[in-house]
Amino acid sequence: MDMINIFTVFILAIFVGFEIITKVPPTLHTPLMSGSNAISGIAIVGAIIATKVGGELGSWLGLIAVIFATINVVGGFMVTDRMLKMFKRK
Amino acid sequence: MAYTNIAYVLAAVCFILGIKRLSSPKTARSGNTIASVGMLIAIVATLVSFELLDFRTIAIGMIIGAMIGAFFATKVEMTQMPQMVAIFNGFGGGASALVAAAEYFNPANPSLFNSSTIAISVFVGTLTFTGSFIAFGKLQGFVSGKPIVFPGQKPLNALIAIGLVVLGVYTVLYGDSDPYFYGLVILSALIGVTLTIPIGGADMPVVISLLNSYSGVAAAATGFVLLNNGLIIAGALVGASGLILTNIMCKGMNRSLANVIFGAVGLEQVTPGSGEGKQISVKSASTEEAAMILDAAEKIIVVPGYGLAVAQAQYAVREVADFLEEQGKKVLYAIHPVAGRMPGHMNVLLAEANVPYEQLKDLDAINPEFEDCDVAIVLGANDVVNPAARHDSSSPIYGMPILDVDKSKTVLVNKRTMNPGFAGIQNELFGFDNTLMVFGDAKAMLTDLHKDLKNL
Repeated sequence: MDMINIFTVFILAIFVGFEIITKVPPTLHTPLMSGSNAISGIAIVGAIIATKVGGELGSWLGLIAVIFATINVVGGFMVTDRMLKMFKRK
Repeated sequence: MAYTNIAYVLAAVCFILGIKRLSSPKTARSGNTIASVGMLIAIVATLVSFELLDFRTIAIGMIIGAMIGAFFATKVEMTQMPQMVAIFNGFGGGASALVAAAEYFNPANPSLFNSSTIAISVFVGTLTFTGSFIAFGKLQGFVSGKPIVFPGQKPLNALIAIGLVVLGVYTVLYGDSDPYFYGLVILSALIGVTLTIPIGGADMPVVISLLNSYSGVAAAATGFVLLNNGLIIAGALVGASGLILTNIMCKGMNRSLANVIFGAVGLEQVTPGSGEGKQISVKSASTEEAAMILDAAEKIIVVPGYGLAVAQAQYAVREVADFLEEQGKKVLYAIHPVAGRMPGHMNVLLAEANVPYEQLKDLDAINPEFEDCDVAIVLGANDVVNPAARHDSSSPIYGMPILDVDKSKTVLVNKRTMNPGFAGIQNELFGFDNTLMVFGDAKAMLTDLHKDLKNL
């Protein structure tokens, strides 16, 4: 049951993704990439959990994963904000 | 646990609303803030709800990561945005692979489903990691931007792919046998490299979009490993986003994804077009002459390309455009989907130079405008304005949608030299009667042009 639920969520999320992303204008494609990139930093949630699960080796892997994912999250959202505040009207 | 899942749903809603607000530049910035709040919710929920977390490790990792991320985010030049996104993609993929790897070493009994998702997540994540670093190296100039091809490349890729399947199956079936797992990691890393090195600079928009998609797929796969809805939803959104952009970029070049990845255009596959051998005689003009032509014009369309980014000429072009607008002329910008090195690259550069976004027009919107355009100024763009794409079926870019600059009364083309564009073909536009070449570095040329305009 768990697996079916989780597949349902996955498939529905893909459809939602296609719906909302096709509406992003070409002007904002670079911020879309860097912003969605920051969102893929959600792996940080897994990284946090990973620090406890796998014994010593696992927690080292978890530490590196936390570093990588945080770079992704912090860097991604910050650089997207930096870009988006440049887009001005006349 | 129930509260945690509610928090993840809340985070997912924030991500969706955040992307939804990217549908207009007016609301985009608030959208990014909403998405980042969503991330904060997900992180806090995870920290408070899981027991036995190693808070010291987490804190150290977050502080190091935040410092590195913030440093690059504030220091990076807008012209370097493609390599920035490439390397962040790599870190995202790497993080997902590491989480799955940690889960592999989890002493708990793995189910078949669990070990299969671990194998997929490690494969996609590692491939994204190494592929992104190669893409970064190419864009930054650490690795040659030209396609790197060697004999036996395709058989080698096929061999690695077979090896991956075999090791993947073995890793799943014999979950406690580490050599298979390590082999899977190594081959995944290798195929990330071998798939990226043959791709040339101008095809980078496709590769970066694709790697963006992979980083989402990797996160979603890790979500399946951990049975975590937050990762699955966020990963699916990013995967879809990257896929859509990849598709748009491929359409912008009229090439299939397979052709971009395996084609290595610019090297072996380019058959000499019919333009080859035909000497084009070009007329060149000084910036004074260009200034006089612009002075007489009423409607001007600027066509930026990668050359503009290389020369860092975005401010110089804005100054010229401002001057022309003060004289009552209309100035628009024509942005080809694959101009630059990533989707939307030119838009960000021009936004940095305070060009209002209403003036940036995409391919479909701008092409009818060339009909009554007095002067088109092509700055460091080449293949995207080559009329051969319309009629010469032997040209490697045949069928690619182009900007119809040749329909303007006059076309001013700025290039550093007469070297052909990325596709390695001569551009017949340069020999047209209504085309004038203004040679020189884009920034220096525009600065001179600005002076000459003021002196008229």
